[in-house]
Amino acid sequence: MSRKNKKLVLILSIICLLLVFIPLFTLRGADFGGSDDQGSETISEVTGSTYTPWAEPVLEKLLGGTVPAEMETLFFCVQTAIGTGILFFFLGRMYERKKLGRNNSDL
Amino acid sequence: MTKTQKKIILLSSCIALILGIGTNSGAMHIMEGYLPLGYCVIWGVLCVPFVLAGYFSIRHRLKENRRAVTLLAMAGAFIFIISSLKIPSVTGSCSHMTGTGLGAILFGPASVSILGIIVLLFQAILLAHGGLTTLGANTFSMAIAGPFVSYGIYALCRKLKVSRSVSVFLSASIGDLFTYCVTSFQLALAYPSESGGVRSSFLKFLAVFAPTQLPLAVLEGVLTVIVMIALESFAVKELKEIGFLKKEETANEQEK
Repeated sequence: MSRKNKKLVLILSIICLLLVFIPLFTLRGADFGGSDDQGSETISEVTGSTYTPWAEPVLEKLLGGTVPAEMETLFFCVQTAIGTGILFFFLGRMYERKKLGRNNSDL
Repeated sequence: MTKTQKKIILLSSCIALILGIGTNSGAMHIMEGYLPLGYCVIWGVLCVPFVLAGYFSIRHRLKENRRAVTLLAMAGAFIFIISSLKIPSVTGSCSHMTGTGLGAILFGPASVSILGIIVLLFQAILLAHGGLTTLGANTFSMAIAGPFVSYGIYALCRKLKVSRSVSVFLSASIGDLFTYCVTSFQLALAYPSESGGVRSSFLKFLAVFAPTQLPLAVLEGVLTVIVMIALESFAVKELKEIGFLKKEETANEQEK
């Protein structure tokens, strides 16, 4: 990676961190609920009556209730883990390939 | 693409079009059960031609060069990561990004519809996030409309000789925003407000999503640029193979 790109990546990473943490610290009281849920509230607001969904998520149906919060976190983590694993496995191999000076060999 | 494949896509497009007109149809993730059945079906049918086109495009590409699967998997993995992260935003609520920009730029918008649908299925079944009944609508907004806009903007920027990083940034972030615009539109169509109809309802839904999504769109743009820089540094060979970089082009324009 060229020096210019290294600098750029560093700056961009800092921007990312700021974008995430600034709202967290400036809006101390906020509960940071999901905007998908807000959408559902707006449906009730627009139609003027409380909206009852006509289907429920598969897993909730099977469990007969909501998915426990910790389990939901687990599933989200699994999703991130799968993605990260695949992305950085290949990126690691590519990095090593370049380091060995074999840019044009297959992975 | 073979002739049969073209025919199948054409046929399914016709069906989608007829159904779309016939019924006068009328979140990034709309939650399970929150869209009337008719709309679920219409959006689902509308997705079919795109998903088929995506399937054939991926198959064709892999047949041509089996090694393209590496980058395809990486683009899919990027969507997996990005769409699983709930990020706090300036409005005091959380939302998440789509991550479809990278795939759209690398492989074209049609291929992303397949990648996106995998993610949406995962979330609908395991996470009670989005839903199986609203899968069609969510696929249309996140895996079709967004990527198409991303792709278009990237192509436009490159034509206007905007630098690659800026093009990637703009295309990813505007694609992300557009996804939420489409979601608002889908909700507004299904739930027109009593006084102002679809239009005022659309603005209302947009007012809920847009302020939250704006900083996240910037974040998505930035993250996509970072991954793109990494790919341009370490995966020149793969990028050339899928035709993203021209054969004679160097990896980074900055290095010229």
